Amino acid sequence: MPVTKEVLDEIALTEQEYRLIVERLEREPNRLELGLFGALWSEHCGYKHSRPLLKLFPTDSPRAVVRPGEENAGVVDIGDGLGVVMKVESHNHPSAVEPWQGAATGVGGIVRDILTMGARPVALLNSLRFGPLSDPHNRHLFEGVVGGISWYGNCIGVPDVAGEIAFSPSYSNNPLVNAMCVGVVRLDRLVRARASGPGNLLLLVGADTGRDGIHGASGLASRTFQGERELRPTDQVGNPILEKVLIEACLEATEACRDGIVGMQDLGAAGLTGSTVECAGRGGAGVVVDVVKVPRREAGMTPYEVMLSESQERMLLIVKPDWVERVKAVFSKWDLTSATIGQVTDDGLVRIQDDGKEVASLPVPVLVEAPQYRVRGQAPALLKELHSFDASRCPLPAGGPNEALLKLMASAEAASKRPVYRQYDHQVQNNTVVPPGAADATVLWVKGARRGPSGEGRGLALSIDGNGRYVFLDPYAGGAIAVAEACRNLVCVGAEPLAITDGLNFGDPERPDVAYQMEQCIQGMAAACLALGVPVVSGNVSLYNETDGQAIYPTPVVGALGLLDDVAVHATAAFKRVGDVVVLLGAASADAEAATLGGSLYLEQLQGQVAGRPSIDLELEARVQRLCREAVRGRLLSSAHDCSEGGLAGALAECCILGRLGLKGSFKVQGRWDAALFGEAQSRIVVSVPPRKLRTLERLAQQHDVPLVRLGRVGGEQLVVPGLLTVPVAELAAAWCGGLA
Amino acid sequence: MSLNRRKVPAVPGPGIRAASAVGRAPSGQRARLRFGIVVFPGTWSDADCLFAVQDVLGQQARYVWHMEADLSGFDCILLPGGFSYGDYLRAGAIARFSPVMDAVKEFAAQGGLVLGICNGFQVLCEAGLLPGALLRNEHLQFRCQWTHLRVENASSPFTSACQQGQVLRVPISHGEGRYFADPEALAELEREGRVVFRYCESDGRITVEANPNGALNNIAGIINRQGNVLGMMPHPERCCHSLLGGTDGLDVFLSLLQWRARLANTR
Repeated sequence: MPVTKEVLDEIALTEQEYRLIVERLEREPNRLELGLFGALWSEHCGYKHSRPLLKLFPTDSPRAVVRPGEENAGVVDIGDGLGVVMKVESHNHPSAVEPWQGAATGVGGIVRDILTMGARPVALLNSLRFGPLSDPHNRHLFEGVVGGISWYGNCIGVPDVAGEIAFSPSYSNNPLVNAMCVGVVRLDRLVRARASGPGNLLLLVGADTGRDGIHGASGLASRTFQGERELRPTDQVGNPILEKVLIEACLEATEACRDGIVGMQDLGAAGLTGSTVECAGRGGAGVVVDVVKVPRREAGMTPYEVMLSESQERMLLIVKPDWVERVKAVFSKWDLTSATIGQVTDDGLVRIQDDGKEVASLPVPVLVEAPQYRVRGQAPALLKELHSFDASRCPLPAGGPNEALLKLMASAEAASKRPVYRQYDHQVQNNTVVPPGAADATVLWVKGARRGPSGEGRGLALSIDGNGRYVFLDPYAGGAIAVAEACRNLVCVGAEPLAITDGLNFGDPERPDVAYQMEQCIQGMAAACLALGVPVVSGNVSLYNETDGQAIYPTPVVGALGLLDDVAVHATAAFKRVGDVVVLLGAASADAEAATLGGSLYLEQLQGQVAGRPSIDLELEARVQRLCREAVRGRLLSSAHDCSEGGLAGALAECCILGRLGLKGSFKVQGRWDAALFGEAQSRIVVSVPPRKLRTLERLAQQHDVPLVRLGRVGGEQLVVPGLLTVPVAELAAAWCGGLA
Repeated sequence: MSLNRRKVPAVPGPGIRAASAVGRAPSGQRARLRFGIVVFPGTWSDADCLFAVQDVLGQQARYVWHMEADLSGFDCILLPGGFSYGDYLRAGAIARFSPVMDAVKEFAAQGGLVLGICNGFQVLCEAGLLPGALLRNEHLQFRCQWTHLRVENASSPFTSACQQGQVLRVPISHGEGRYFADPEALAELEREGRVVFRYCESDGRITVEANPNGALNNIAGIINRQGNVLGMMPHPERCCHSLLGGTDGLDVFLSLLQWRARLANTR
């Protein structure tokens, strides 16, 4: 073999994969060609270990216009000729190396995935995981990531409207940074990422190409860390102002020159290599690129460096030759560089030239068809022991319920995330109807859509969710819960769940226990999608999330999109009116078995245990979600908030804090009070109802076959459950607001 | 055109909000106000400003590209928020060299109304149309949150629809909004009643806690000596519709409409 193991290691290919390349090419690749394989056959680009599993996801829906893998992001038809484009993507490894730039370029990358389809980005969301903040390095990562997201998102004028953050030692040194972007596009203006029509030109626009980010896809995102922290040269550096200008220029070009622009593709992982080859693959064509025509940031770059650079803020447009000057004029108006670097061919090859001299020539199908691996999963040995855990043997906290609730509300995971989201501009574009922190999902106004009964048009509801603890303890149930909870958040504001995008974060997929987690989790997610009738329209997989052999909690992150026919008719979480009746939907009593403490935040925070087994009844979940949505749409509810981390007491406390109103509870608890207050049984939603509408709600619940129980009335200045809890709302608020400050 | 604040009574016209909040110009006003909304590369509140003045208030408005140099035909120029040219040197420091800024200076010198919001305020200070500067927030973090503003001068063209001392609820969104001026300039601003908005509590008290960025004297907005150029860090264009959390921003734009109507009547 003419290449050394060091060369293969650098691009993260195995010797076996090298032999496969030689076999398929029927010759040895040269160094540049091998570099292209390294990028496209990386786990990050090639989905080597996840593609067979991803086929389990239901993707069919009358509303799904573009399905996973077809384009850069999924597209959902929301009616009136409008589509919503959405996708979540991870930037875990770059953020571990350099948190500020890693997170910032993660935002930039996902925005370009949405932009590339001709959609205006209207919202950013993010899901973050860190190790405990008591460790200074974790705090450095946390502050860097939040700062980077804030910096990039605020500069580009796309509101950052929703997110979630959780902490666990399993994420120490390997933070998870999943960024999601949502765009709106007129469906007749949708742009495809396809290179077709031989003779059409490849126009590279935006930033000049530098030496940054080489081997980002292969080296950084597709391997585990061996305790190295000095990987900075493989990280990319963002320029958000350029991105903002790129957004405006691309949208202006696709509108003004729509008959001349055949396709558009952003330059993300694997840079120019990824974008040209993927475009050619989708279009069933070939491409020829001359690297000498690529505008560069520095002299002396080799073709290898030009093709594999991951310099940010670049887009590739496929343009009909007689339109090129008009397209270029739009970009010069915005002071952006544009250069014709090659053209579409009909030979099915990607050919790289260096000033006219051919330096690489490879068949596109061979490049885009990475080998696929299916590792036989095996349940981690630890799982049996974790499942046999009996929460009823835990001693009850000595401080009693009041102290336990205050402690829980002050934990970083349960606490208010305002110290974070107030660093993000969540209002720009003037669409934010329900801002972050006010409800289980954010509500955005779609101003271009048909007006509803209130005269104000439609709304989008957005949420992102995922609980690694649950998936660690039971990958199947945990996967199902991730989907269920993201959708439950949507119905709490009154929206109909339309679709999800998934960010799958796992450890080393070559390990049988991780393979088991992946396959179980994806099956659980798929089951929940089917039960709730939501397709998966796009997604991303991040593997090798390990540090020194220690895998993260398997963490699927679910971004969910819902639709409100009338944006003015929605619910938020805060209690609104004294005298409203507080009702729990989805359960016939507030009592709970000790088993519901399995995987709970309470168990982790107050008992120091991560054990037990979460579970969900997907049929009940579907009924509860339909009921809640109809109740909000029928204007029956004053508020709605689901029970998640922190259980029933956590949910009630938040309703009180947000509404600055107390609760006069009227329910009694049988059995362990910690299970009743803090157990995390699924499919439960706390609502408040004006007394005169209570009967209607109860009838509706009966129709939907959903149990419910009255909990008390809104009023006073304390959260009171007779004989159990008496906590002033102000004290709860102080604990909750200070937990992350 | 003299805009001496003492000569003009500050009485808002009855029914203005009721008539306009549904998307029409105030009753009794024939000519619509013509707004020019300046767009630099990196501006992002341009569309929000357009929404407020055109869609909500039914006024005429169009975008003005930063390379344009002719502002004749406008009654009011809006410099919206954003990161003009990326703010790489200092917020607003590069934007001031663009052709449109020469035109804005000329427009202001002739008495035209200029409203700079957020980054627009920074640009006005850098261009010398307003005194002082906007520094990095004291806590070094970006802040997007609702603030309360006390109207300190209700006789400017930008506040004539407000009551003196009225409290408005308007959001901020900036990383560099800490108003700073040297002691003489600051004393002059205060003496001449040119501090138009001050961060306050919901009941109007001026406190340290109500100051979101460490601005001197809780200053959120100031006006030039002639009274026709206002710079403010908060975003009135973000609170012009009840669906978006508040409508207090309308008071700023309605003041302009009312000002114009009154000028027309006195001619």
